[in-house]
Amino acid sequence: MGDLQTAALKLAETQSAPAWLDAVRRRGAERFAATPWPNRRTENWKYTSLAGLAKKELRLPEVQPVSVPEKDLIALDAYKLVFVNGVLDQAQSDSLPDAVATFASVNEQQIELVQSRLGALADSSQHLFAALSEAASTEGVVVHVTAGQKLDKPLYVVNYSSGEAAQLIATRVLVVLGVGAEAEIIEQFISSDAQQANLVAAQTEIFLADNASVQHYRLNLEQEGITHAGGVFVELGRDANFDGFAIAKGGELIRNDYVLEHCGPGAHVELQGVYMPRGQQVVDYHTNIKHRVAHCTSNEVFRGIIGDRAKAVFNGRIHIFEDAQKTLAELSNKNLLTSNRAEIDTKPELEIYADDVKCAHGATVAQLDDEALYYLQTRGVSKEQAKVMMSFGFINELIQTIKNEAVMNYLLPILAEQFGRENELLQLEAESFDEL
Amino acid sequence: MLSINNLCASVEDKDILKGLSLDIKPGEVHAIMGPNGAGKSTLGSVLAGREAFSVTDGSVAFADKDLLELDVEERAREGLFLAFQYPVEIPGVSNMEFLKASVDAVRKHQGKPELSSVEFMKLARETSKKVKLDQAFLKRGVNEGFSGGEKKRNEILQMMLLEPKLCILDETDSGLDIDALQTVADGVNAMRSAERSFIVVTHYQRLLDYIVPDFVHVLADGKIVKSGDKSLAKELEAKGYSWLEGEVA
Ligand SMILES: Nc1ncnc2c1ncn2[C@@H]1O[C@H](COP(=O)(O)OP(=O)(O)OP(=O)(O)O)[C@@H](O)[C@H]1O
Ligand SMILES: [Mg+2]
Repeated sequence: MGDLQTAALKLAETQSAPAWLDAVRRRGAERFAATPWPNRRTENWKYTSLAGLAKKELRLPEVQPVSVPEKDLIALDAYKLVFVNGVLDQAQSDSLPDAVATFASVNEQQIELVQSRLGALADSSQHLFAALSEAASTEGVVVHVTAGQKLDKPLYVVNYSSGEAAQLIATRVLVVLGVGAEAEIIEQFISSDAQQANLVAAQTEIFLADNASVQHYRLNLEQEGITHAGGVFVELGRDANFDGFAIAKGGELIRNDYVLEHCGPGAHVELQGVYMPRGQQVVDYHTNIKHRVAHCTSNEVFRGIIGDRAKAVFNGRIHIFEDAQKTLAELSNKNLLTSNRAEIDTKPELEIYADDVKCAHGATVAQLDDEALYYLQTRGVSKEQAKVMMSFGFINELIQTIKNEAVMNYLLPILAEQFGRENELLQLEAESFDEL
Repeated sequence: MLSINNLCASVEDKDILKGLSLDIKPGEVHAIMGPNGAGKSTLGSVLAGREAFSVTDGSVAFADKDLLELDVEERAREGLFLAFQYPVEIPGVSNMEFLKASVDAVRKHQGKPELSSVEFMKLARETSKKVKLDQAFLKRGVNEGFSGGEKKRNEILQMMLLEPKLCILDETDSGLDIDALQTVADGVNAMRSAERSFIVVTHYQRLLDYIVPDFVHVLADGKIVKSGDKSLAKELEAKGYSWLEGEVA
């Protein structure tokens, strides 16, 4: 075991509430202890080093009476839950509908649900940080929308990291949608400042029964110091629908694993993502789409801009099982390097065991279109500014597909700032264009 | 305004312009006609400063400056505007933002005060009405998914916002329906002034009924082979270019 592993385990062992999570914590601790610390030869961690994380002196979450700055919050009509360093802050959170509870407010039924489902998708024997998150598990959210019902407002989960210590955050989100049920879930991760150095091992599991449908956002907007080692694990029943959007600005390391399994025919996955590390930030997306049964579709599009000495890893795996005939699977990953010291490791992985499938797969390092640069210059725009505008455009193309307008309008100025652009116009365009 | 002297230019080692001379005074409208592949768009590209085209001989003076010494964006800021035969689509870059960046850059260079976002949006809205381009196009990506005619209107919109000294319209009339042609012509005519000059490249005499030129030139095989007044356009429409072949050689 690595030093960090030993230290993290010690911390995890001191967690004891709620008691009904004891078994989960014990299982997580055992598995975490049994998993060798990743190195460059570990398949899942080939391109990303955990050296930075290993240097952190982890602490247990500190309860901090800090309010999340208003400007950091998305203007949503939603059920908002604010976790500060993984601890629920009631004062900043909304009261919840019956379908949603936090681990501190669960009823018997919800406890049973968590006990039976937690870890069923985020397999702690396979995923190191899922194991850690089980071992240290105390807080989380459970959503259970019963058959035919719809969560009337989006659930908005804010994960705020703050304080000087590097704390171990292990928040869980468990979503169970019954037959034909619908929900929209927005997970946002932010940190107070660039020095804040939490390890956020937040795992989300989503069970979609037949015909259920979820819109999911995972917004990793943490700053430089954060190590995020999280995942989104989804199981889709017949004709179920997962519509996901992911964004990562960059941090010490922002790693997310997406594992999506088509378990009923007619299921569809739509997953879009953007990342834009700069400075010395690192972003790592590992996505794994498992087509287990026939007649399913998936469409995955990720785009990244990597600047300065930053690094991004995109590992996109599509596994089409023998029975998954008539599968339609598309995956595209385009990357733009804006500095010659920036690095991208993009690796498509196809495993196809069915013969009657359509699978399109492309991973590229893109270049700005000379023709378009020239066009902008003929309008008086400098080459430098034209490049910035087009880089932003490269990401913005995907941002424009975001279905939740409040989320889109929240992200645009953040991106604009990232690209050093004037955002007053954007804001005007978004908000008051029609009234002018 | 513009003085082109013995201009020779090539692309990928192929000579396209072969000693072209043309003099344009403030306020004049010059029409350029000529067969496909003659070098009309090349002339526009060379004047705008496109890198792929290299000037092998000759000179171009633009408003007392050596045009060929300037970067692409400097030429635009000095007041040269090229309406593209095939405007480029730039997905993800909002048309409004692009227009503002462009107007900001040009105004700044010319020492004019910057427009606030609100002022600019009002101006852009009013101008887009003049070229009958729906507001929605300001929000879309630059030319993204625009029809041929919409792209051309967007070019004229840019021209009106930038208020250039010299406007080069490369087949802005191609692919336009009658109403759109009228709109484009109205836009150009509204901008005609004693200080502003135009080069109008077209294949059709029809446009020149709307935008009446002071001079008509025939560009063939990289040179101006014949110049005249607007009646030359009518003659070309009737006779084609073959009768000029002697002069090409
Ligand atoms: N980028 C390029 N690379 C190679 N050849 C080129 C390039 N651009 C233009 N040419 C060639 O230069 C010649 C002149 O082209 P140009 O586009 O200037 O003609 P034009 O007079 O505008 O024709 P049209 O009336 O069809 O628009 C043509 O033979 C064309 O194929
Ligand atoms: Mg042409």
